[in-house]
Amino acid sequence: MNEKTDPSSLSESYPEPHIELTDVVFSRGDRRIFDGVSLKIPRGRITAIMGPSGTGKTTLLRLIGGQLKPDSGTITVAGASVPELGRKALYRLRKTMGMLFQSGALFTDLTVFENVAFPIRVHTQLPEDMVRDIVLMKLEAVGLRGARDLMPAQLSGGMTRRVALARSIALDPELIMYDEPFAGQDPIAMGVLVKLIRELNHAMGMTSVLVSHDVPECLSICHYACIVSDGQIIGDGTPDELRNHPSEKVQQFLKGHPDGPVPFHYPAVNADRDWGIAGGDR
Amino acid sequence: MQWLADLGRQGRELVESLGRSSQFLYGSIVGAPDFRSGFPLLMKQLYFIGVLSLAIIVVSGLFIGMVLGLQGYTILSDYGSESAIGQMIALTLVRELGPVVTALLFAGRAGSALTAEIGLMKATEQLSSMEMMGVDPLRRVIAPRFWAGFLAMPVLAVIFSVVGIWGGMLVGVEWLGVFEGSFWGNMQSSVSFTSDVLNGVIKSVVFGFVCTWIAVFQGYDCVPTSAGISSATTKTVVFSSLAVLGLDFVLTAVMFGDF
Repeated sequence: MNEKTDPSSLSESYPEPHIELTDVVFSRGDRRIFDGVSLKIPRGRITAIMGPSGTGKTTLLRLIGGQLKPDSGTITVAGASVPELGRKALYRLRKTMGMLFQSGALFTDLTVFENVAFPIRVHTQLPEDMVRDIVLMKLEAVGLRGARDLMPAQLSGGMTRRVALARSIALDPELIMYDEPFAGQDPIAMGVLVKLIRELNHAMGMTSVLVSHDVPECLSICHYACIVSDGQIIGDGTPDELRNHPSEKVQQFLKGHPDGPVPFHYPAVNADRDWGIAGGDR
Repeated sequence: MQWLADLGRQGRELVESLGRSSQFLYGSIVGAPDFRSGFPLLMKQLYFIGVLSLAIIVVSGLFIGMVLGLQGYTILSDYGSESAIGQMIALTLVRELGPVVTALLFAGRAGSALTAEIGLMKATEQLSSMEMMGVDPLRRVIAPRFWAGFLAMPVLAVIFSVVGIWGGMLVGVEWLGVFEGSFWGNMQSSVSFTSDVLNGVIKSVVFGFVCTWIAVFQGYDCVPTSAGISSATTKTVVFSSLAVLGLDFVLTAVMFGDF
């Protein structure tokens, strides 16, 4: 279980894509979020989608999950064109997906046990003792079997995400999407989440899509990564390929330089107009 | 010409909102959960929406009935017809105050709670997570609340009227000394089951439908921020109150207008 993934294996045998986006265009109001994004996410591997805040990484997950529809372009998941699916087919497809939300999104009126049991109870007719066994197994996998009777309000941020992770794998999905799993976590909680994501991918062979801007954590576990900025994918490849990527923008993001192609200053009028300084011209 | 553009934009937004709420209503009605999984959810919501509203309904009904008894006695005794106090209280409550005040109290207690709860579920991504688990929130969250509100309102209105009449009796008969026989006898002879009681129940059914629709839609459609939820909760109370009062006039004109 503790075996590390080997990113270099990707280029040797690139698996078939589980998710495929082709020329996806998506706008919110007048703002164009994606402008012709194409991306292949391989089956059974961990793919990290990274990029600065506000570039639409979470939106990309919602497009894949069919919660949003693109203005144009195609999105296929396991061969099914998501935007064209009817309501029933879409909900059927979603049973094969799990999603870990940034906030955890646990049901606040249910205990930890009932939260994890929720998808099992809704989608299966399993007897209660079997539901109990499955839930305890999932909670054991995230190290929280002992917290089964707690309410979500009694959990720390890291524990909330682990419970949400247990819930999202309750039905053993083929695909799991992680939305900013490391945001706001202390180093121990972050280490636990990194370990869980790696082990779950290894043990269950799920396709994992990881949206994050935590570069070291992502690159340490993913097989493949891409960086989204300004509605485009500005760089993609294995972690090593990205580290050696020629794009200045990619390097600025990976190394966290405060200024560069992504400027420090938000576009503004000339300073002289704001402060009345003659000749001020920025 | 800016005002014309603003007017057009507001009109378009209103039509869009009406369209969204109608689609939403259709999804909630058609999306009634099946009996096996839906019945426990409906029972739970009937408890929260109906049973927990009982206290405010009973106390309000009691005091409004008592005030009606007091005011009615004061006015009617000037004409020596205080014995008609029973029918006055019963007709006022059954035809008007029962359905209308219950709906206003319902909007304030249960409607605002529904909006806030659903809005908060949206803000904390609980509705989204449900969708991603392959569970339709319209069926799982909205439909049980909608049906529970729709079913609870007429029952609450009837309880309000019954308690109100009892409160009026306490003041009129027990305190002010109106003859008990004429109190109940006049009421029995002048209150018709079909044209008074049934019409009152029909009013409360309509109010229940409208108030719950507004409450669940405002929660589901709110901007998922604290300001958005606050605004949606306010809208629920304001829109529900205005809708109840406006519809009451229309229904009264149709049911009791003798033109």
